[in-house]
Amino acid sequence: MKFAVIVFPGSNSDRDAYHAATAVVGEQASLVWHKDTDLGGADAVILPGGFAHGDYLRSGAIARFSPIMPAVSAFAARGGPVLGICNGFQVLLEAGLLPGAMVRNRGIKFVSRLVPVRVDAIDTPFTRSCSEGQVLRMPIAHGEGNYFADPDTIATLERNRQVVFRYVDDAGQTTAVANPNGSAHAIAGICNAERNVVGLMPHPERACEAALGSADGRAVLQSVVKAYAEGLVAGRPAIVR
Amino acid sequence: MRARVYVTLKPSVFDPQGRVVADALQTLGYDDVRDVRQGKFFEVELEAADRGVAEARVAEMAAKLLANPVIESYRVEVL
Repeated sequence: MKFAVIVFPGSNSDRDAYHAATAVVGEQASLVWHKDTDLGGADAVILPGGFAHGDYLRSGAIARFSPIMPAVSAFAARGGPVLGICNGFQVLLEAGLLPGAMVRNRGIKFVSRLVPVRVDAIDTPFTRSCSEGQVLRMPIAHGEGNYFADPDTIATLERNRQVVFRYVDDAGQTTAVANPNGSAHAIAGICNAERNVVGLMPHPERACEAALGSADGRAVLQSVVKAYAEGLVAGRPAIVR
Repeated sequence: MRARVYVTLKPSVFDPQGRVVADALQTLGYDDVRDVRQGKFFEVELEAADRGVAEARVAEMAAKLLANPVIESYRVEVL
C-alpha cells in the first residue's frame, strides 16, 4: 500500500512518519507538499506533527487552507484512512474533519515525554491490530494538546465510542496525574463518526523501534496496513466490528 | 476603514495563560486581582462603502478565520 505524508512549512515529523511507513512497516510512501492538489493515488494519508505555518493564529488554523486540504477532505469523505498526528490532529480539528479544539496545556508548559496511552476503540483502521484496553507507550510533545469540546460533543463522542485513545497511568487507569495536559475525559485521540479519520496527540511514528524507547506505536501503522490488506479502506464502507 | 476584532476564550473554556498571569499579578502584590482572561486583538484595514458593510465583512472574517467558534467568541468594532 502507499502512504501520502503531507508536508506543511513547519512540519517536523514528516520524515519520521515517512521512515515509519517505509523502513519500519515496509510499505511505500511519498512526501506530498502542501501546495500540491492531489494525493498521488495514496491509500492512506498522514498529517504529521510539527508547527505548520509556525502555528500562527492558532495551531492548524492556516494549514487547513493549504491547497492539498480539499484533496484530503475528499479522500476522507470517500472513506479513505486519514491519520493526524499531534499538529496533524490540530489541523484536522481546524479543518472540521474532527470535532472539538485544542487549548493550551493546563499546566502551561510544553510537555515532551513518553506516556502510557490506552486504546479504547479498535474498530478504526489505525487501531485494528490492537486489543481493546491495550496500553501503548508513545511520546507526546506539545504545548496545546488540551482537548476541548462542548458537553454535547463530548457526550456524542463517548456514546459513539469515538474516543480512540486516552491518557492513562501504567495500570491503564485514567487519573488526574496521568492526564498530561488537562484534556477533557483524558482524551488523547478521537475518530470521526465514520471512523476512518483518526487524530491523536501522541506520536506513534516516533515510537516504532526499540532504539527510540518504545516500539508500541508500530501497531498504529500496522493496523492500517492490515485494514488495507483486508480490503477495508479507501472508499469502502467503514469497518464494522 | 479600520476595524478592531477582540477574540477571547468562551467563559466555559479554562484559560491556563490567564490564570498564570493572574497568579503573577497577585505575586506582585495586586491582591485585588480576581481573574484574568487572555485574548487576541486584531486591527483590520479594509475598503468598505460604509460602517455597516465593514462590520458585516469583518464579522464574517472573524467567524471564518480569526476566531475558532468551538472555543472562542469575538467582538467587532468599526472605528
